[in-house]
Amino acid sequence: MSLLDLTAVELGRKIKAGEVTAVQATRETLAQMKALESTLNCYVTIDEEGAKARAEAVQKKIETGELAGPLAGVPVAIKDNMCTEGLLTTCSSKILYNFVPTYTAEAVTNLEKAGAVILGKTNMDEFAMGSTTETSAFGETKNPWNTAHVPGGSSGGSCAAVAANECFYALGSDTGGSIRQPSSFCGVTGIKPTYGTVSRYGLIAYGSSLDQIGPIAKDVTDCATILEIISTYDGKDSTSLKREDTDFTSALVDDVKGMRIGIPKDYLGDGLNAEVKKAILDAAEVLASKGAIVEEFDLSLVEYAIPAYYVIASAEASSNLSRFDGVKYGYRAREYEGLHNMYKKSRSEGFGPEVKRRIMLGSFVLSSGYYDAYYLKALRTKALIKQAFVRAFEKYDVILGPAAPTTAPKLGESLSDPLQMYLGDIYTISVNLAGLPGMTVPCGIDAQGLPIGLQLIGDCFREKNIIRAGYAFERSRSYQAPAIAHSIGTPDPARVRTDAFGKGGRVNEQTV
Amino acid sequence: MSRQYEMVIGLEVHVELATKTKIFCGCSTAFGGAPNTHTCSVCTGMPGSLPVLNRQVVEYALAVGLATNCGINQYCKFDRKNYFYPDNPQNYQISQLYLPICHDGWVEIETAAGKKKVRIHEIHMEEDAGKLIHDEWGDCSLVDYNRSGVPLIEIVSEPDMRSADEVIAYLEKLRMTIQYLGASDCKLQEGSMRADVNLSVREAGATEFGTRTEMKNLNSFKAIARAIEGERTRQIELLEDGKKVVQETRRWDDNKESSHAMRSKEDAQDYRYFPDPDLVPVMISDAWLERVRAAQPELRPEKMARYQEEYGLPLYDADILTGSKHLADIFEETVAQCGRPKDVSNWLMTDAMRLLKEAEKDPEDLDFTPANLAKLIDLVEKNVINRTVARSVFEAIFRDDVDPEVYVEEHGLKVVNDEGAVRQTIEELLLKNPQSVVDYKAGKKKAMGFIVGQTMRAMKGKADPAVVNRLVEEMMSR
Amino acid sequence: MANIISDETIEYVGILAKLELSEAEKEDAKKDMGRMLDYIDKLNELDTGGVEPMSHVFPVNNVFREDVVTNGDDRENMIRNAPEKKDGQFVAPKTVE
Repeated sequence: MSLLDLTAVELGRKIKAGEVTAVQATRETLAQMKALESTLNCYVTIDEEGAKARAEAVQKKIETGELAGPLAGVPVAIKDNMCTEGLLTTCSSKILYNFVPTYTAEAVTNLEKAGAVILGKTNMDEFAMGSTTETSAFGETKNPWNTAHVPGGSSGGSCAAVAANECFYALGSDTGGSIRQPSSFCGVTGIKPTYGTVSRYGLIAYGSSLDQIGPIAKDVTDCATILEIISTYDGKDSTSLKREDTDFTSALVDDVKGMRIGIPKDYLGDGLNAEVKKAILDAAEVLASKGAIVEEFDLSLVEYAIPAYYVIASAEASSNLSRFDGVKYGYRAREYEGLHNMYKKSRSEGFGPEVKRRIMLGSFVLSSGYYDAYYLKALRTKALIKQAFVRAFEKYDVILGPAAPTTAPKLGESLSDPLQMYLGDIYTISVNLAGLPGMTVPCGIDAQGLPIGLQLIGDCFREKNIIRAGYAFERSRSYQAPAIAHSIGTPDPARVRTDAFGKGGRVNEQTV
Repeated sequence: MSRQYEMVIGLEVHVELATKTKIFCGCSTAFGGAPNTHTCSVCTGMPGSLPVLNRQVVEYALAVGLATNCGINQYCKFDRKNYFYPDNPQNYQISQLYLPICHDGWVEIETAAGKKKVRIHEIHMEEDAGKLIHDEWGDCSLVDYNRSGVPLIEIVSEPDMRSADEVIAYLEKLRMTIQYLGASDCKLQEGSMRADVNLSVREAGATEFGTRTEMKNLNSFKAIARAIEGERTRQIELLEDGKKVVQETRRWDDNKESSHAMRSKEDAQDYRYFPDPDLVPVMISDAWLERVRAAQPELRPEKMARYQEEYGLPLYDADILTGSKHLADIFEETVAQCGRPKDVSNWLMTDAMRLLKEAEKDPEDLDFTPANLAKLIDLVEKNVINRTVARSVFEAIFRDDVDPEVYVEEHGLKVVNDEGAVRQTIEELLLKNPQSVVDYKAGKKKAMGFIVGQTMRAMKGKADPAVVNRLVEEMMSR
Repeated sequence: MANIISDETIEYVGILAKLELSEAEKEDAKKDMGRMLDYIDKLNELDTGGVEPMSHVFPVNNVFREDVVTNGDDRENMIRNAPEKKDGQFVAPKTVE
């Protein structure tokens, strides 16, 4: 077994025990990246020099005992919508093609304090808008299980990098399923915590009331460990919550006896792929066999979550993304006549089609005469959806269902019909509207050889319930990595793209 | 003009609050820094930055609301006002639309037309914009975000004013109240108080309002008065010509004394307000409100009454001294050190006001140390200097805030109490002016005045006039 | 479809959002937005009478900073990413008429 097959926690333990060094782990991961990036394109920016230097520094601190946490020295990938001081941060958009932040996102700072070694920034759907990572201005990421398929999105780069052993764990962000859906498509584990658990400071906003940062890794133990580190109260984020119960690793217990698990009938109806459905129900059976009380129930309102979400998220996005105007940072059009033309040209050339579509929609639903009919209606719907979950969690500790209706679609299939793509978010979106924690755990492989993900949803502040259920479930099956993760012994030089490293930094106006 | 018209005016007054830091970040609000030296990720709209509300902004807004008889929305929220302009780094301004902190207040104003109440529709909290400087060399504008994020309150009146006089009285009233609260220095020239004027005209006696315009860029009371007159004339002329007034925003150019429309195809004026998801609501408990109410400082009417009662000042003095919070503060601090309130009042009302007028300054600009005025009054009281000398010493205090004890010493301005020296001087003058003695003895009393004046001049004003008078009379009568 | 988006609407939204669309993009935008709004109209099936719009998912109030200066001069960092800068300021196209 290769070093790269270790989970983050396992690697951390070996580094601490002196069996392996952070420098070694970093070097091996960089070699894996070098070999696979030309095929997968998980990263927008790879910080090879920075990672090596950081690994050396961290290793010294581990040896002196200054760093003793479970993830000290473990290499990590960061989604490219989190600011990293001195390291290009693009949101996979041309409009930020050259943006180098002068500060670091709070969640990333927390990881750094815990001794993380940052490898680089992962590819994503532009501004996290999309479900396939195909809307990236820097090319799509490919699914490590089958490179003809998408990795999901928007945190597709982070999830694919974890699956392909191009990092030991990653941070993603989830506004409508952007951690859980690509985790499902890539066969990895990801958690979207309760809204307010992880600081959003330094996360470049898409839908501020819905965005949350969360961990993506090979198993539940890793995710709980990472989440414990990044969950801190942050006075710089007004929506950050003071929580006393963030000792998530205490929930890593293989015991679900008496746990009440509800499966929404609404999640098993038309549109759910039969193989996915079977895998989900089998997973429920595993939990039942371990003593959980599993039953189906009517959650209701499921079909209203998507329209409500697209109104709210697009409205917030239209405002959040107005700061990208060619004045303070990022892309400015070459030629323009006057101020407003500069705005229009810079933004029209800088944003991709999906981002423009959502900005247009968001501007429209907030415009004079439509605010009540669309925006307020959506906020009222959100209140009703929240109530539906409150009722459900009176009866159940955990809600179980699929993370997505299908396994990963083929590249190029989704973008032609945006509405169809949006409908794929049906099982994940309401969790964001209600601020709940949700987790994806791999639960099977379909006939095409693509992974299937199980989604576990908890009540607000009840991450421990889903962590316990997920942990108990994953005892029943071992982690499976895609073949490509083990494909390199000696990298084939012909396949190594020469521009694989730091290419984001070199992207210029002509090529994007 | 055969028909009689009346104006209907409402005001939107922006006041920069006197907080040390900006409304949503820990940057200084101090004036005068080099461009962009008081900025951070939040107030320059960097990606990923988030706002956190300055508690003091709420405190000041509440204080102003209570002092202007407003109701308080104990649950209030911030909304985003979306529009693109380079002085606005996020391209949205964080403001309050749906639930502003204060609503439905009033202030009483007094003009030649009598007393009236002007109603306040609402007061809301918001952030100021940055500054744009038009580059003379390049065909571009330079953006400085030092003022971006400085806290403002916007006080929106009802359309209750009918003349420029009433508008000025209303603004004076607000300025005075807010200065007394310490919530802002309210300097129009520096932009810490700004007024937008909403104005329409209608035929006298009409009950419906006419179409209004909004006028911006008014940075002095004089400009406001001129702009109101200009807009009144413009609207009446339109109506007399059978044309319509267009609802629009106009920019006043005080040099040209005219205004022009600010409309553009690119300004849709559709601000797409929605609740800011990055900020949480403000909940003002009864206890919080009571604490602010209890901590409200003495406002002008109470202060005027106290000055008459406690210090025995005439109404006239009390009125002038309390006309500026700063002047009243100087008065009180000086009295605290030297007593003699009427003397202190006289110095401030006569000499200080005269010097301010000569320098074209406001009482707010007085920047001497009250202790120095107190010392000056003591020096006069103890007869160390005479009143004439004291006037010139006060001028030095006014200009350079000098310590009068040191100044008098250094310039040798003490009263000469040595009778021998005075006698000597008079003796010499009488020898030079024998005719004066003759005239005096012949009954021309004026001749004595001449010698007294000459003596004072010879002694450079430092002699005690009472002593000089006594000695001159004695010596001329010999 | 029920929501017919006019050229004027697309033009107007383009002004609000500061986006300049090509003719082809405008046609797509009309179609996409119309279709999306049709879909969103599904919300009208729900009776939301008496339901308070929920903007914040948790009832958290009163998050404040104290009025203490914490930031110093960080100008070089603030203007570092500016496409054009001059004398410590951001350069924008001329804003006066």
